Amino acid sequence: MHTNELPKHGKIVRIEEECQDVESFFISSKMEALPGQFILAWIPGMDAKPFCISSCDGSRFSVTVCKVGPFSEKIFEKKIGDTFSYFGPYGTSFSIPENQHLATVGGGYGAAALAWVAKEAKEKGCSVDFIVGARKKESILFAKKVKAAGMNVIITTDDGSAGLKGRTTDALADLIKNSRPDVVMTVGPEMMMYYVAKMCQEQNIPCEISMERYMKCGFGVCGQCCVDDLGIRMCKEGPVISGDLALQIKEFGKYHRDRQGRKVMYG
Amino acid sequence: MRLQTELCGIKLSNPTVLASGIMGITASSMGLIAENGAGAITMKSINTEGKTGHPNPIAITFDGGMLNAVGLPNKGIKETLEEIKEFKEQCSAPLFASIFAQSVDEFAELTKQLYKAQIDAIEINISCPNCDDEFGKPFSCSPITAAKATAACKEYAAVPLFVKLTPNVPNIQEIAKAVEAAGASAITAINTVPGMMIDIHTRSPILFNKSGGLSGPAIKPIALKCVYDIYEAVKIPIIGTGGIMTGQDAIEMMMAGATVVGIGSAVYWRDIDVFKKVCREMDVVLEKEGFTSVKEVVGLAHK
Repeated sequence: MHTNELPKHGKIVRIEEECQDVESFFISSKMEALPGQFILAWIPGMDAKPFCISSCDGSRFSVTVCKVGPFSEKIFEKKIGDTFSYFGPYGTSFSIPENQHLATVGGGYGAAALAWVAKEAKEKGCSVDFIVGARKKESILFAKKVKAAGMNVIITTDDGSAGLKGRTTDALADLIKNSRPDVVMTVGPEMMMYYVAKMCQEQNIPCEISMERYMKCGFGVCGQCCVDDLGIRMCKEGPVISGDLALQIKEFGKYHRDRQGRKVMYG
Repeated sequence: MRLQTELCGIKLSNPTVLASGIMGITASSMGLIAENGAGAITMKSINTEGKTGHPNPIAITFDGGMLNAVGLPNKGIKETLEEIKEFKEQCSAPLFASIFAQSVDEFAELTKQLYKAQIDAIEINISCPNCDDEFGKPFSCSPITAAKATAACKEYAAVPLFVKLTPNVPNIQEIAKAVEAAGASAITAINTVPGMMIDIHTRSPILFNKSGGLSGPAIKPIALKCVYDIYEAVKIPIIGTGGIMTGQDAIEMMMAGATVVGIGSAVYWRDIDVFKKVCREMDVVLEKEGFTSVKEVVGLAHK
């Protein structure tokens, strides 16, 4: 009974701009984490919020943060040498395949977690198609890095300013038709993941998704991130779950809950 | 079979009860707890209008226990009634609603609104340690206010009324007697113990709320003493809560005088199937000690 959930502290050793308003913070701190897991970044007196880990090598990890509100703005104020406090890592991780054809489908910031998944998979002999979507050219994340690492990148944008004009799911459908992947992993907006999971189920392709829910404690006691009807906790039995399990969750693609537990419908 | 028991006329398949505050927000999460063996479920506390709760960190753990100040987030009575309905449609485990309020009138009003709800009991939380600023001194700190809140609910309660007490009083027997006289059907003891943890590096209390309620193994001896004392003072049953991790702990708590035991923080250390685990362990202890029913154990430490 020697586990505990107390804050940990690391030094920021590197900051990389990924695109406008998105930066990766590399933190020097001992950590054993796997792709898909998350931390709670802590700013004392303000809050502690979940961020997915975008890389980890045992002594250094990174989180990729988008400047969207007061909390992320506070993180953006941090400089190299500053302390980064956090809790975790928490949650389940992606099952990295070996010697298979993997397709990842990332929308928006979801690409951060998937770039790490893709890298690990390639090291284990997989061929990887990295499908990444964004609203416009300037918001595409990790495409250059993944391409530089020797993987095939398929870009889609809503406005057609880069890659294919359209959705990541269209790109996945094409891929399945032309060069069917053995396994699919997806992170991004819930409706996108819903369609990916559906498509994979119909095509009988194993798939994993990362389900984002309002998280408080991070270690499975507060009940904030339980999903209907199964009741399972997305901080503990998730966030990474199989597509088949996700499709058994009745709220998947339909609604999530706010910090008071009230239902909020998608779209 | 050995583990079947009864609390205020409510039949329980075993004496483990999910304590209020852990999981217990949605019908689905409560269903999962029931699937994992809990004899009954206590919901997370609700009030009339709902509440957003505190920012993070809301809970931390250390070798001896857990410290939390979640701030009673809830969506209010109206939407909670729907969760109750949904739970009862899919699950037969006894369900206890838990309510907190700013005033005696609000306690009465909440009880009134629960009149038609398909619940098996109401627990009134008059002892949350994390709301001092907004809610004044907890009702359970004085026999007079504790009795007032109890009596106000009793008038409108259609089901047994449990009153949850704080250990943080000079004489818990006085409070227990007062709520019994005011009509409590059972006493839940104990709520968490006020505490604090400091982070050296950032020179700050760790919880957003600075202080919080301590639970888990560290408070087991406090809970045992409170339950033991309450058992000597009143005739109504006790839901013994505080630091129950194993079947052994549960039997100890029942020997101190608890009819059933509350389990909460142990969900963290032993995971969500802790209820099944504790039951299995209780069964082994009962067998070894030669008991045919768990009911025989209650109060045995009083000689």
